[in-house]
Amino acid sequence: MTQHHHLVDGGPVIPNFGHGSDCLRNNGWFCTEWVKEHWGDILQPALVQHIELTVIAVSIGFAVSFLLAVVGFRFRIFDLPLGAFTDFLYAIPSIALFQLLVPVTGLTVTTIEIALVSYTLFVFYRNIVAGLRGVPPDVLESARGMGLTRRQTFWRVELPLALPAILAGVRVATVSTISIATVAAFLLYYGLGGPIFDALQQPDIFRTELVAAGGLAILLALAADGLLTALQRVLTPWNRLDR
Amino acid sequence: MIASLFVDTLRFIPDHASLLLQKAAETAELAFTALGIALAIALPLGLWLGHRHRGLSLALGVSTIGRALPSVALIGVGIAILGVGFWNNTVALVVLAIPPLLTNSYFAVAGADRDAVEAARGMGLTERQILTRVELPLGLPLILAGIRIAAVFVIATATLAGIFGGGGLGDIMANQVTYGLEGVLAAALCVSALALLTAALLGTAQTAAFRRMAPRA
Repeated sequence: MTQHHHLVDGGPVIPNFGHGSDCLRNNGWFCTEWVKEHWGDILQPALVQHIELTVIAVSIGFAVSFLLAVVGFRFRIFDLPLGAFTDFLYAIPSIALFQLLVPVTGLTVTTIEIALVSYTLFVFYRNIVAGLRGVPPDVLESARGMGLTRRQTFWRVELPLALPAILAGVRVATVSTISIATVAAFLLYYGLGGPIFDALQQPDIFRTELVAAGGLAILLALAADGLLTALQRVLTPWNRLDR
Repeated sequence: MIASLFVDTLRFIPDHASLLLQKAAETAELAFTALGIALAIALPLGLWLGHRHRGLSLALGVSTIGRALPSVALIGVGIAILGVGFWNNTVALVVLAIPPLLTNSYFAVAGADRDAVEAARGMGLTERQILTRVELPLGLPLILAGIRIAAVFVIATATLAGIFGGGGLGDIMANQVTYGLEGVLAAALCVSALALLTAALLGTAQTAAFRRMAPRA
């Protein structure tokens, strides 16, 4: 019975689900009791912050890109420099960009948002311009033939026809932002990156916290992707097969 | 303040040229090892699935999941399994590089002109010949575009390895205390240069591939 000496009085030992469970002592990959205990004080707040970070970054990024894309679309000479500018921003490694902004905006959420917004421009700009350019010339001819002004043509013809490409851009930008936003915690404990970095900084790497927070980031990205795909179907019913 | 940062950075680069070169070589080694392994896995799989017109949902799903994976957490899981060092980062980067490679090679081959493929089949070409002589040349630009996307992404992400002792330019970027903000900026510029140079090389290959196909198309 030596291998069973933890069995006291011959009965099964009811495991202690407090702080020192077997799972946690062995640094298990997913200890449900830790997740349950810290859902309220660690995981849920981080998830909410992460959603906020993403929604704000994608919204501002979309607004800025839309203006840039309209300029690049209307005035072709600006297209190349604007495209190169968004390329350049995208090529700056995230850990560097976060740090480089600190002297300007400090260790704040604003710093994180500026970096995230600058990364969304790359995806948005390309997709919006490509979408607007993709409108067939004969469609524009008929619009002109019907007597639509330049402005009316843009809002009633070009923009609706570019919608599938634009929405595809929103999907890609949202999913990528959710992923990149986890790096922000390198700078500031905020969003799902917070518990991820916290787990990684512990001597043996706290696996449960890493897997729980990382898993939430993946689930959030997939949920956002599913939601935006549904939105795409509703908004562009004529384009069911377009991804 | 910003002006002085640029002056300091311009001074940092020549002063630490050998350090930057050494770290850039480490980043390149890490990124290109990962890219090579990812190519060896994703390319044959994508080409084969695309040729058979099978696994469309796999090709699409992999690209979405690939974009959704948080690189920091992935590198973390790599460390937890393999310990700190070169291989955990390599494995994480391989996982991140596979989706764009797989998806693009799938659609490159699956999207090849059906009539051309049918004609080749009618001429008595074997399936392997159809893949290598018809579908592959037709899809080459798209395959190269996928390699370009993956390469830039892997180089940029390889810097995250620095946070976890993976070496490379990320070491400098994650150590503002030692190298100062000018070091961070200098290392970032090196990463961007490496990424843009790689993209330009692959872009040239892509243009060449387009040109080669133009007379036939």
